[in-house]
Amino acid sequence: MNFTALLPPSAALVLAPLLLGIVNRTKAIFGGRRGQPLLQLYFDLFKLLGKGATYSQTTTWLFSAGPIIGLGAVFVAALLVPLGGVSGSLSFTGDLLLFAYLLAMMRFFTVLAALDTGSSFEGMGASREVLISALAEPGLFLCLATLARQTGSLALSKMLGEITTRSWLQHGPALALVAAALLVVILAENARIPVDDPNTHLELTMIHEVMVLDHGGPDLAFISYGSALKLWVLSALFVGVVVPVRTGQVLVDAAAGLAGMFLLAVVIGVVESTMARLKLLRVPNLLVGATALAILALVLVVK
Amino acid sequence: MPLFLIAMGLVTLAGLIALAAGRSGRWSTLVGAGGAVVGCTLGLVSVFRVALGQPAQALRLPWAMPGATFHVELDALSGFFLVPTLLLAALAAIYGIEYLRSFREKKNLGVLWCCFDLLVVSMAMVMIARDGLLFLVAWETMALVSFFLVAFEHEKDEVRKASWIYLVATHIGTAFLLVMFLLLAREAGSFDFDSFGRARAAGPALVGLVFMLGVVGFGTKAGFVPLHVWLPEAHPAAPSHVSAVMSGVMIKTGLYGLLRLLTLLGFPPAWWGWLLVGIGVSSGVLGVLFALAQHDLKRLLAYHSVENIGIITLGIGLGLLGVSLKIPALAVLGFAGGLLHVLNHALFKGLLFLGAGAVLHATGTREIDHLGGLAKSMPRTSLLFVIGAAAISGLPPLNGFVSELLIYLGAFSSIAAARPLVVLVPAVIGVAGLALIGGLAAACFTKASGMVFLGEPRSHHAEHAHEPSLSMQVPMMILAAGCIVIGLLPAAVVPALAAATLPLVGPLGSVVVTTLEHAAKSLGMITLAAGVFLFVVAALTIWRRWLLVRRPVEESVTWDCGYAHPTTRMQYTASSYAQPLTKLFALFLRTRQHLVSPQGIFPSASSLSTETPDLFSRGLFAPLFARAESALSRLRVVQLGRVQIYVLYIVVALLSLMIWKVN
Repeated sequence: MNFTALLPPSAALVLAPLLLGIVNRTKAIFGGRRGQPLLQLYFDLFKLLGKGATYSQTTTWLFSAGPIIGLGAVFVAALLVPLGGVSGSLSFTGDLLLFAYLLAMMRFFTVLAALDTGSSFEGMGASREVLISALAEPGLFLCLATLARQTGSLALSKMLGEITTRSWLQHGPALALVAAALLVVILAENARIPVDDPNTHLELTMIHEVMVLDHGGPDLAFISYGSALKLWVLSALFVGVVVPVRTGQVLVDAAAGLAGMFLLAVVIGVVESTMARLKLLRVPNLLVGATALAILALVLVVK
Repeated sequence: MPLFLIAMGLVTLAGLIALAAGRSGRWSTLVGAGGAVVGCTLGLVSVFRVALGQPAQALRLPWAMPGATFHVELDALSGFFLVPTLLLAALAAIYGIEYLRSFREKKNLGVLWCCFDLLVVSMAMVMIARDGLLFLVAWETMALVSFFLVAFEHEKDEVRKASWIYLVATHIGTAFLLVMFLLLAREAGSFDFDSFGRARAAGPALVGLVFMLGVVGFGTKAGFVPLHVWLPEAHPAAPSHVSAVMSGVMIKTGLYGLLRLLTLLGFPPAWWGWLLVGIGVSSGVLGVLFALAQHDLKRLLAYHSVENIGIITLGIGLGLLGVSLKIPALAVLGFAGGLLHVLNHALFKGLLFLGAGAVLHATGTREIDHLGGLAKSMPRTSLLFVIGAAAISGLPPLNGFVSELLIYLGAFSSIAAARPLVVLVPAVIGVAGLALIGGLAAACFTKASGMVFLGEPRSHHAEHAHEPSLSMQVPMMILAAGCIVIGLLPAAVVPALAAATLPLVGPLGSVVVTTLEHAAKSLGMITLAAGVFLFVVAALTIWRRWLLVRRPVEESVTWDCGYAHPTTRMQYTASSYAQPLTKLFALFLRTRQHLVSPQGIFPSASSLSTETPDLFSRGLFAPLFARAESALSRLRVVQLGRVQIYVLYIVVALLSLMIWKVN
């Protein structure tokens, strides 16, 4: 096995929580605060792993299986995505579909674990989560279809590896549209503003956070780490499109990819600081808009 | 072939004996179900071999029917459809023994088991018939016995209504098929399938007409939107093991018929592919949307059959486009994905209907909003149902993912290979449609499994539920095992589709094996990924247990924001869960709300109920039938209610026929 192929997943596993640290630091700076340490999520995870847990009497095996299946699924997804120009560990024709459906599996079991508590709040969050993800799915697939058409490949690593500065010169507008659509998908799938507010404190207004209200201890650690990984893998997709540094030098490509990831985290922080959350009824419009952008990109590539 | 015919003969015989022994519930069950199990198992042996590519076996006997012969043949395509048919029928029979125990005193079970056995045999006959008339006889037998099965609990009003709708719908479909076969036979000079190839000489207009008649006729059975209206009525009304067979395999006879017709009609023009892609995507999306709005568990599952038929039809449509425009990857992957989804849908839909039956058996209600918390009282059933739910939502590493992946791969490969617009547009529609269907199906099945099995019981129905007996669990376990095995080892299964795909791709036959083996390489990687996934899950499970072993682990109530008097009725319900999506798609769903809002300063009793009647049966078929009725009611003048008059009509009709014939 090629040693460099282990680089993207190791980077994901080690650095994913840092990405959220950067987002939070950006938000703090915008808010005029000093903010929590960059490594706060690592401390949180460490603390949670050392804690006991309290389970609701209503819950069954699905409640504790949800976080584990979710983390397992996103772990495999992390093996598939490249980092910048560096290929992922697993790469084969059609792996982009496995990637998308692994994220769907993570969501499926998170939702079931939420419903397992019998809480209205968690039911409400679950209901919103499936609404948003069902509408985000066509956008994501059409972005992938556009990239497939542009690069002639059906494997994530190969597909994103083909995107160079030349492809930006040739198909700049289409790739920009894909990037815009992907950014909306990232924000929606990872419960960020303007779709969901990760910092809200009212159960009724949460989406992702409310689904995990009853989880604690190691279960919550798995969920938090899984969410961080999910943000990382989707961001890696975005960075693969917008950072076309393909020198063939593993270190240079990986460094460019990493820089892109951290820059994206700053961008997410800026978006979160400068935008208000959309009304829930407006979220479908945003996601349908993203799908429309993806269709437009496809039209531009085809013409 | 002889073995297969003997097996089917055995099932028929068992059915007739069960009918004769109808008085004794025990004996008729034993013979009727036992015969089905033994016959189907015997049949499976010969069917498997042929489905995997052994040479086809045919039999031709003289038949006392004018212009027809008793011509049957077991080839790879028939064999492929027969595998899930016989498997699910056998499992459903085992399940039915216990499921129907409570009816032994009240009902004549001999009739039910006789109809069940005849349903199995008639489905098998449909799939091996190679003569138009024989096919129609088997088709009609299948329709009639399944009508009696749907009407099993005929003392209930809604069951009677459902069975009438089914009877009318299936006969409208058959009418189209009758015309189709007559047209083919007129051109070919015989009802034999082998001679139908001659009808191609009559020109593309006639062949196109035959294709359209086939789409409507077979589509009625399969449940293409808008011809699906009978499915959500009939499937919930039938006993659950019958619903499993009807939904899992009987509606597939429509797809089988369509595929068989395609092999007879020769080279397809591109518009056939576009049409089927359009039907597939619209059936898929509308099916899952209607399902989302339902709160009757079995009705929800019935709508999901519409969705899955849509996915299969999408695969067939893409395959046809591939054949028509000579794109090997699209043709092979489209057809192979569609075929595999036929098998997969039989497995997980059978599993889900049997699971729903277990819930109905244990609680006495199919109303999702009255259930809840069954995972505690029915842990095994809930695990099996969740496996089925994940499989039907297309999640890896289960079988639904594999067949959808093949269809996706076909579509994506044509997008990536820079094909012309005539392929690109349907391929993109297919990809976007499948993605939307996948997301909505996940929403619908988190709803179904979450509201039924998780949370707290919402009514007294759900409080005293119990696990069904082992003879009901084992069939579900076998089906779930099938879902898992195909999902984990797709590379072993997919190349086996080559034999059944071969007759469908016509001139591209030479590339079938290589294309599927190429796809199997990707699928091997999925096995690897699934292995990694299972390893990580196992490792995390052990780690979590190790972490918690020395820590305090407590039990408490669910966090409810400190509310003092929560009741189980305050939980989110299936209707509230689906409300954002049903509201978003209100244009198609037209959900009706009956709201009694609280009055006055002090809250008074209030209520809210919703129902989502089928858009097409209300907006399309109800007005159509009403108009037909008012037009036809003019004919009542000849209906005088006297037998003598009717005898006179018959004599006049016969005489005029004779005069016409003599002239």
